Amino acid sequence: MGGRPRPTARTGAIETLTRGPGDAVGMSETPDGTDDSVGADDVRHVAELARVDLADEEVAEFADQFEEILDYFAALDEVPETDADAELVNVMRADEVREGLSQAAALSNAPDSEGGYFRGPRVS
Amino acid sequence: MSDDEFDAFLTETELSGADDGPLAGRTVAVKDNISTAGVTTTCGSAMLADYEPPFDATVVERLREAGATVVGKTNMDEFGMGGTTETSAFGPTKNPVDPDRVPGGSSGGSAAAVAAGAADLALGSDTGGSVRNPAAFCGVVGIKPTYGLVSRYGLIAYANSLEQIGPIADTVEGAAALLDVIAGPDERDATTRYDAADGGPEEHPAETTSYADAADGDADGFTVGVPTELVEGATEPVRETFHAGLDALRDRGVETREVSLPSVEHAVQAYYVIAMSEASSNLARFDGVRYGESGDGGDWNESFAAAREAGFGPEVKRRILLGTFALSAGYHDEYYEKAQDARAWVKQDFDEAFAETDVLATPTMPVVPPERGESLDDPLQLYLMDANTVPVNLANLPAISVPAGTADGLPVGCQFVGPSFGEAAVIRAASALEAAVE
Repeated sequence: MGGRPRPTARTGAIETLTRGPGDAVGMSETPDGTDDSVGADDVRHVAELARVDLADEEVAEFADQFEEILDYFAALDEVPETDADAELVNVMRADEVREGLSQAAALSNAPDSEGGYFRGPRVS
Repeated sequence: MSDDEFDAFLTETELSGADDGPLAGRTVAVKDNISTAGVTTTCGSAMLADYEPPFDATVVERLREAGATVVGKTNMDEFGMGGTTETSAFGPTKNPVDPDRVPGGSSGGSAAAVAAGAADLALGSDTGGSVRNPAAFCGVVGIKPTYGLVSRYGLIAYANSLEQIGPIADTVEGAAALLDVIAGPDERDATTRYDAADGGPEEHPAETTSYADAADGDADGFTVGVPTELVEGATEPVRETFHAGLDALRDRGVETREVSLPSVEHAVQAYYVIAMSEASSNLARFDGVRYGESGDGGDWNESFAAAREAGFGPEVKRRILLGTFALSAGYHDEYYEKAQDARAWVKQDFDEAFAETDVLATPTMPVVPPERGESLDDPLQLYLMDANTVPVNLANLPAISVPAGTADGLPVGCQFVGPSFGEAAVIRAASALEAAVE
């Protein structure tokens, strides 16, 4: 995806990966043969979307590996459209109050809690 | 565990069961992604190094009610992501057959514990082969049940639509007896098959079948289909051992015939796209707030990202990132939608094959167990090792891996695949092969 505009849009503060009309098909695919590499910036971008920090060495390693793996996945393009014939039955139960975890048990693995609540990082 | 010379266990424990029951006096090793109340359950990840579940998985309750004693939690690829047990944050497990080789994975510790005699039985989980692969590599028996036969309540999810908990034992009958104990509906897992009151089948298969009784060694009159696509990819020594196994079955009155599953050429791609996509969503729960290590400092974006960098190993990060990519707007159609088409196609192919056969047979793994460290550097090569096991998960079907003999002195597993809820058929076929190669 390196050579084309980054498929990024900003919706409020949430970044999303959205493909524009002229963008290539995947990170590694090149319908017009312009650029078939997965770059470090691409890996960093997806990592940011997933909220996973990466070390610089990991970014470089992943860029090479993702290119190979996405090339391999590209064969899915040959798969015909197929209807799933699922014999599924909804499983329902009455919405009744029942015994659950105690507050203390639910909090027992939390690194930080306060007054019976999980305590998380600041929002911004 | 003092005699854990193959590093099969992450935690040793002794959770005793009822005095009485079908598993009274038997010891069971439990994979470390299956929740045990108050006993550390790490999923092989630094993220959960100190996590103690506040409740038992349904299968653990059933084990103890059946009289079994849980003797430990077993090593595994981190969150089940791997086929060699080398991606565990706590170091690899050795294969008891040859300690320089991997035990397979991701349930490598469970298979190694049984192969080494450290537990009579074990539970693993199978998302794309994680019970059958280590069973084959360690020379023991492993069953992947039909999706919905066994409750996943308390199984820490990696790819919900694909995974089942399954038994590992040193005999087909042992694995089948353990399946008898863990199978059945569970109101805490809505994907377990339910009863007629909900418009479902009249009787639950687990309540009307004794799987252990099906291990009678008698498959006389069975028609076994052999999918050419899943034999061709195996190495020559593995194919030879597999074909010798088929010869032995024919001597016992089994008819074999070639069948074709053209869709399986796309199964590995489809499996990895679906599994990674589900993983990217499932593993978003690990943010260092409710459990795990806090990412400390910064706003929630920075804190979560830091917690994940520190807590996840490279294979887990790889899958989260590739799954995030495959699900993102604009790429979703090319990857995730196509993978779902492939999944439906694989199901259709299996259905057609079962119209003329009782079960299908393939080598479980296309290779013999590699040496430790041999395959970690190339993730795609590792994914390709799953070619014969992942189609079964895509199609939600039951399968078993049973020792078929050896190649170059190393174990080769034969996989039997059955129609939906056809556990009894694959158990019967496997018991016939087990008797024939003894």
